[in-house]
Amino acid sequence: MSALTLYDKLWNAHVVHEEADGTALIYIDRHLVHEVTSPQAYEGLRLAGRKQWRVESVVATADHNTPTKDWDKGIADPISRTQVETLDANMKAFGAKAYFPFLDKRQGIVHVIGPEQGATLPGMTVVCGDSHTSTHGAFAALAVGIGTSEVEHVLATQCLVQKKAKAMLVKVDGALPAGCTAKDIVLAVIGKIGTAGGTGYAIEFGGSAMRALSMEGRMTVCNMAIEAGARAGMVAVDEVTVNYVKGRPFAPQGAVWEQAVGYWRTLVSDAGAKFDRVVELDAAQIKPQVTWGTSPEMVLPVDGRVPDPDKEKDATKRDAIERALTYMGLQPNTAIKDIRIDKVFIGSCTNSRIEDLRAAASVAKGRRVAANVKLALVVPGSGLVKRQAEQEGLDKVFTAAGFEWREPGCSMCLAMNDDKLEPGERCASTSNRNFEGRQGTGGRTHLVSPAMAAAAAIAGHFVDVRELR
Amino acid sequence: MEKFVQLHGLVAPLDRANVDTDAIIPKQFLKSIKRSGFGPNLFDAWRYKNHGEPGMDNSTRPLNPDFVLNQPRYKGAQILVARENFGCGSSREHAPWALMDFGFRAVIAPSYADIFFNNCFKNGLLPIVLAAREVDQLFAEVAVTPGYALRIDLPAQTVTTPGRASFKFAIDEFRKHCMVNGLDEIGLTLRHADKIRAYEAQRQVREPWVFT
Ligand code: SF4
Repeated sequence: MSALTLYDKLWNAHVVHEEADGTALIYIDRHLVHEVTSPQAYEGLRLAGRKQWRVESVVATADHNTPTKDWDKGIADPISRTQVETLDANMKAFGAKAYFPFLDKRQGIVHVIGPEQGATLPGMTVVCGDSHTSTHGAFAALAVGIGTSEVEHVLATQCLVQKKAKAMLVKVDGALPAGCTAKDIVLAVIGKIGTAGGTGYAIEFGGSAMRALSMEGRMTVCNMAIEAGARAGMVAVDEVTVNYVKGRPFAPQGAVWEQAVGYWRTLVSDAGAKFDRVVELDAAQIKPQVTWGTSPEMVLPVDGRVPDPDKEKDATKRDAIERALTYMGLQPNTAIKDIRIDKVFIGSCTNSRIEDLRAAASVAKGRRVAANVKLALVVPGSGLVKRQAEQEGLDKVFTAAGFEWREPGCSMCLAMNDDKLEPGERCASTSNRNFEGRQGTGGRTHLVSPAMAAAAAIAGHFVDVRELR
Repeated sequence: MEKFVQLHGLVAPLDRANVDTDAIIPKQFLKSIKRSGFGPNLFDAWRYKNHGEPGMDNSTRPLNPDFVLNQPRYKGAQILVARENFGCGSSREHAPWALMDFGFRAVIAPSYADIFFNNCFKNGLLPIVLAAREVDQLFAEVAVTPGYALRIDLPAQTVTTPGRASFKFAIDEFRKHCMVNGLDEIGLTLRHADKIRAYEAQRQVREPWVFT
């Protein structure tokens, strides 16, 4: 048999039916559901008089709209409340394997709770009506973000209509310098291949630097595979994967566990497997990254300077740089370290897991948020992350330094609740998108790692976390 | 789903690369639990001078006269011509819903983000890929030709300009079939229900833990 990539293996294991042109029905093992992209899908099911195919495949939570403070007061915004209540009603009517509603102690960002509960397992296909579903690929799962029609399609048929993507290997070898993290790796990858560089591909992240990452770090990398345009991101199974999954509430146990692990260990690309494209990065060369523009590919090392459009020859690119500089309120050639910030957001499905909070807390410890920073938010990814952080005393570290410690949810990652930037405000954010208006109309977002965000909060401007005094 | 066979429609040019779905329909409008009504908020932040929120009377909001869709000559446009990586970002299907609700039936660009591209087909919005230089030509022609309209023929897979230049585009057979006939994909998939059940039975033996 020829050598297969991890993607080949996951794909082959899930093909139910294939048309002559390669369009396939792919069986879906896990369906994660949240309040924003599901109401129209359940409504469609109801209107067509269709049943849900496999209720136990669904794990749901409310995360995008939920407030991050004053939980005892409920959800103030009536439209947000309707959306959350619609999910409650749909869960009642249609059922699920598990539902963590607003106020449940296990509620949280859908991409944080799936892995945390062991609802995401190696070898699975995972879908969610959310583009950052690629996160779950860290478990050697085939995880893809889908639209609402596809949510309905999966609910009704347990299948997704897909054509196989091409395979890309992003190989990150070498030792990541101290102070650099998974976020810096993935931002560097996007800076290198561009936001459309992964279009049409499923990316496997490999190499010694990836192997050295924890599951949290691998999730951060896979989470942003979508920002490189890829359909999916994934990492092969190893000891780190197996150890993370072991003992989680929905993970198999006993003899079934042994059987599962035996299979999971085969979820690696075979030696000699062919990739359509290979991109290599030397981890030792990576520096802490900061985005300067309105696309994640507009990224620089912290010691860089924002570009000068006059030096760009390509007209479309020059135009994009000019537009981004105008929106971001930046002058050409400004040093990244001279950019002062108004707000800080530590959270989102990219960077709100316990390891992220530890990294930020270790920078914040014994220091104070700078006077020019109006708000520094820490929003844990889930109720369980929050509780663990509190057991470790991280909340005290943050609040002593002047950060606000909030309830879990998507929060200022997309600003559907009250946490948002005002027009013109500039934010150091650990989230994944710096698009115009993403964190609030007119808001300016710079994507960074949790450690870099905490360092910026302390300094009041961007600073190399390794040089923070 | 609405059928798409032929279309002769007015063209509006959106000369930007990497137009993301947050720009197409900002998140505050995703709180709706319906599929319709997003048209007035399409490109909201670019289209209006003030900040939009759900429930506002959009007819009284100040328009940004510089934004292309506000120019009288593009009123009633059904075809949007755009630059590369159109529809990147969030998976929100509200983006094609908003484009269609506004009146667009087709988009032409050199490339699209994957999820957006998929979502278009589920809703009868045709995303056409043409070569960058062909798209350049469309931008150049529409700029100097008031009332510039294109003829799209999906069965023939062609886009024809007023000057009779004809560009061929590629599309999956399956997707074309569904669009031309306005087929419901769920119904199509359910024809394979037996196969899905058979697949489940053998997976259950191989990976029982997936099904608990
Ligand atoms: S944290 Fe942000 S990117 Fe992640 S699921 Fe929520 S809104 Fe989407």
